[in-house]
Amino acid sequence: MNILQFLMSEVLSQPAVLIGLFALIGLLAQKKSAADVVSGSLKATIGFLILGAGAGTLVGALNHFSVIFTEAFNITGVIPNNEAVVSIAQEVLGTETAMIMVFGMLVNILLARFTKFKYIFLTGHHTLFMAAMLSAILVGAGFKGVTLITIGSVILGFVMVLFPAMAQPYMKAITGSDDVALGHFGTTGYVAAALVGKVVGNKEHSTEHMKFPKGLMFLRDTTIATGLTMLVLFLVSVLFAGPTFVESQVSGGQNFIMFAIMQSLVFSGGVYIVLAGVRMIISEIVPAFKGIADKIVPNAKPALDCPVVFPFAPVAVLVGFISSFVAGIVGMFVLSFVGATVIIPGVIPHFFTGAAAGVFGNSTGGRRGAVMGAFANGLIISFLPVLLLPVLGALGYANTTFGDSDFGIIGIIIGNIAKLFL
Amino acid sequence: MLKILVVCGNGLGSSFLMEMNIKKVLKEIGAEVEVDHSDLTSAKGYHADIIVGTKDITSQLSGYAKELVELNNILDLEDMREKVVKALEKFENQ
Repeated sequence: MNILQFLMSEVLSQPAVLIGLFALIGLLAQKKSAADVVSGSLKATIGFLILGAGAGTLVGALNHFSVIFTEAFNITGVIPNNEAVVSIAQEVLGTETAMIMVFGMLVNILLARFTKFKYIFLTGHHTLFMAAMLSAILVGAGFKGVTLITIGSVILGFVMVLFPAMAQPYMKAITGSDDVALGHFGTTGYVAAALVGKVVGNKEHSTEHMKFPKGLMFLRDTTIATGLTMLVLFLVSVLFAGPTFVESQVSGGQNFIMFAIMQSLVFSGGVYIVLAGVRMIISEIVPAFKGIADKIVPNAKPALDCPVVFPFAPVAVLVGFISSFVAGIVGMFVLSFVGATVIIPGVIPHFFTGAAAGVFGNSTGGRRGAVMGAFANGLIISFLPVLLLPVLGALGYANTTFGDSDFGIIGIIIGNIAKLFL
Repeated sequence: MLKILVVCGNGLGSSFLMEMNIKKVLKEIGAEVEVDHSDLTSAKGYHADIIVGTKDITSQLSGYAKELVELNNILDLEDMREKVVKALEKFENQ
């Protein structure tokens, strides 16, 4: 009896151990060698612990930023960053997130097997982020235990086929084949971009006939892009807040400019640590998922991360990023004008989703479609997070939130339905 | 053992997918090569023998590996197989 109790309260309640066990089962099912099984299970466990370590680093810098930004502009600003919000979620909702992620993947395989939605969602980090968001919302609404895991996994598995299905008609046009699907929770923005493109433009006037500087490609490097954005945001904020406030209230006497520089780089370092952890986890979980899916779902279509469409229209990628980012800045001013919580545009969500929205817009509306479509995406990811914040429960006060559009859509819908059960 | 590193911007999605595909090819041709994936920053300190990525990525990594494999389209498996096999041959001859 004591053994069972020990298992429940000491082993299975440790999310890192739980993920390690799932990896172990997956590796055994794939009949891997003993060495692979041991190293794979350990890596998944260690990855989860690294994720938590990154959280501490991130959150410190983020909290400083929030205090300074509020003092500087007298409004509350939130920086959408999936890695940051998920790393915070791991600390309080780790077990729920891990269970929902794994069972959600199983629901995905079942739906792909028995319905006409043959999509297998392989973007593991987005699965993890969505699982974290669902557990935050459902726990916030009072669900727990088996009910929580069941509802969470069913919703997760469902959205893992729903969004690829929504994007598929456009994916066919972009890639010229029906073999590959898009598995990225920014799909609402991409479909919106394609629809806008259809209305405003002409697909014959493709962005790919334009000449465009390639100099912005260094932003593909996440660590650098994050560091630079945070540097600009921090510097502007400390200049407006003034040295007296920063040095007496926040930095503990450190020069305010140096404090801004160091904190922005610390934040970027925190994102790097979290990503390293996520990478270790999904490297072990996704192959098992894919292996199982390959065996039991005939004609499955892999749903892949959004950069998969980038090579089909590289100019639209840059046009889309810039246009989406401009929309983010416009959105920021609109939000501060109406007195709402301000969503500070982040380079990462605008780069990845803006770029993909540009490609989608280009596929239906050429140049004009890429510009206007990505602009629509930028507005969507500026306004949805504001509506998402109140339903995120404990995570709503974290100074950061989920960046991509589908998190907003699903979070708002599920959050408001769940409230009815309170 | 030779080391191949597959790189993309975030080091999560695209590179991981290419890694799985490259491992499949390596198994078919019976080559024993270590394959891993990473983001752009980490790639520079990895000391891989061969770096694989799309053009916008590899253009920022010249000098960080003995051989760069530049892919036009991460889904084009034939193109990838041809280029990876060609890169491996260069090491065999050394």
